[in-house]
Amino acid sequence: MREITYAEAINEAMSEEMRRDENIIFLGEDIGVYGGAFGVSRGMLDEFGEERILDTPITELAIVGAAVGAAMTGLRPVAELMFSDFITFAMDPLVNQAAKTRFQFGGQASVPMVLRAPGGSGTGAAEQHSQSLEAWVCHVPGLKVVIPSTPYDAKGLLKTAIRDNNPVVFLEQKLLYRTRGEVPEPGDDYTIPLGVADIRKEGNDLTIVTYGRMVQRSLEVAEKFTSEGVDIEVIDIRSLVPLDKECLIRSAKKTGKVVIVHEACQTGGYGGELSSVIVDSEAFFYLDAPVKRVGGMDVPIPYNPNLEAQVVPTVDSISAAVRELL
Amino acid sequence: MKINKEKHLDMYLKMVQTRKFEEKAAKLFVQGKVHGTAHFCIGEEATGIGVCSALENEDYILQTHRGHNQGIGKNMDINRMMAEFLGKETGYCKGKGGCMHIADFSKGSLGANGIVGGGIPLAVGAALSQKYRKKDNITVGFFGDGAANEGSFHEALNLASVWKLPVLFVCTNNYYGMSMNVNKSMNIDDISIRAKSYGMKGLAIDGNDVLKVYEETIKAKKYVKEHGPMLLVLNTYRWMGHSKSDPQAYRTKEEVREWKEKCPVKRYNEYLLKEGIASVDELAALDVRAAQDIESAVDYAESSPEPRIENILDDVYAD
Repeated sequence: MREITYAEAINEAMSEEMRRDENIIFLGEDIGVYGGAFGVSRGMLDEFGEERILDTPITELAIVGAAVGAAMTGLRPVAELMFSDFITFAMDPLVNQAAKTRFQFGGQASVPMVLRAPGGSGTGAAEQHSQSLEAWVCHVPGLKVVIPSTPYDAKGLLKTAIRDNNPVVFLEQKLLYRTRGEVPEPGDDYTIPLGVADIRKEGNDLTIVTYGRMVQRSLEVAEKFTSEGVDIEVIDIRSLVPLDKECLIRSAKKTGKVVIVHEACQTGGYGGELSSVIVDSEAFFYLDAPVKRVGGMDVPIPYNPNLEAQVVPTVDSISAAVRELL
Repeated sequence: MKINKEKHLDMYLKMVQTRKFEEKAAKLFVQGKVHGTAHFCIGEEATGIGVCSALENEDYILQTHRGHNQGIGKNMDINRMMAEFLGKETGYCKGKGGCMHIADFSKGSLGANGIVGGGIPLAVGAALSQKYRKKDNITVGFFGDGAANEGSFHEALNLASVWKLPVLFVCTNNYYGMSMNVNKSMNIDDISIRAKSYGMKGLAIDGNDVLKVYEETIKAKKYVKEHGPMLLVLNTYRWMGHSKSDPQAYRTKEEVREWKEKCPVKRYNEYLLKEGIASVDELAALDVRAAQDIESAVDYAESSPEPRIENILDDVYAD
């Protein structure tokens, strides 16, 4: 199978969907001539023109607000925030409008939109351009939340998100944009349903539950332990809302030991929810050890590269947590 | 501008219906029949009725939390409005939204908003939709003087102007954001001058003159279809408190009395009589009919079933 980058996969998903459905528009900052701050939308302006590729001023509240209004009236907008940190400016249209519109109007409307935004540290972008804020949006009923970890998943999940009739927050990973992976040829119209986790490596001794950039890191850890005869299962949940609870529970029952890994700050992070899903189920009675969380430190992301690398889970820190449970 | 008698009487009836709706709603509060809150637009009837009477069914409106006049102006069903106010299953939002979130998408109302300024960017998106689909319609984004200080107002006006979208921003200036007078919340006398900084036409008019509001909206509709957005400021006054629990310590009885003398409903009634457009009997009959409409709306609402918790998960997500 051919290999393309995570960024190219996202571009392909949007482009193929836009060819299929003329109600899809794409708006955001510097997505046109510039091709997107991370080059995700290169070439799209040429193909789809200014009517559908809408370069906006720096105006996150209005970008997301306009996307909501357009979605309420029959379009299927994809809006891009240059950095997911800028979601702070767009919280009202996302949380008070998009997420509530259908419910508060008694089902009269739907808001089929996707808000794409890259998150994560590791680029030296410091405190205001490196956060992992997914827990904020997971807490709001009415939103769906997706974080893909591979080019294949990015394309298949984004297509599904665009076709979904609800607001979907699609959190991309800056450090994954240039990573490559196998993706079927264009025109192979595969999609991946939301709410279905992917067991990236099967194992019997311990389960690592993770998502986003930490999937690859967790696989490295699993690989490392193989040589010690420890068989680790790695689950990429892929979609946080809806969540494939069954998959987590099944795996926890099988291995009896669970480590949860995410880059976001540990306190109030989504790992707490993942842990609860397991201990709140019959899997509790199969556990041989406490469920362990490995999240980012409760600090803003610092600038210095040595510091930056050490405030999020590392192969060493994940390994230490695994060892603690063995 | 020539307005036929039928249109005059329709607008008059809707103004009286709005007045009676609000008076009745306030009474239901006193009787303890309403849970939650409400924001009454008594004194502001001419704004929503005047603007919406100039619109087509396919024109969109984004309403405010004080928008019963906007809804009635857009031909919403008074029974379902009242049922929503009482939180009933037959209400516009199945009792889940209450009167801060009344909407009727079939009539072009994309809903009232409980967030001050929350609907303004949505109006930009609705107008983007209309332009993209090459519809010959406009979107009206209603908001108040308080919202004109929110970032959403400024971002929305700028984006709509840059994209030349068919949206009419309508600011209902009732001089108070809850307790704060506009002379303390902004350092300008005329909100419409804010349009200029977005390269947009702005106009402020007497919002208690329903005919003026109607006529300027007709003109504005044509203007925004041809040139892009415009800001229309309607100066009016909120007679009642901000919501049901407001002792109104921030203003004098004298000020309220002065504005009550400028009652938009009475003013229209007198105009129609003076110009010989309608007779005393005709208007009195409409007054009676409006009161009856509201009474039957209350009967409808009170006899409607309560929503059931079994259905609470409906509409959190669309299929």
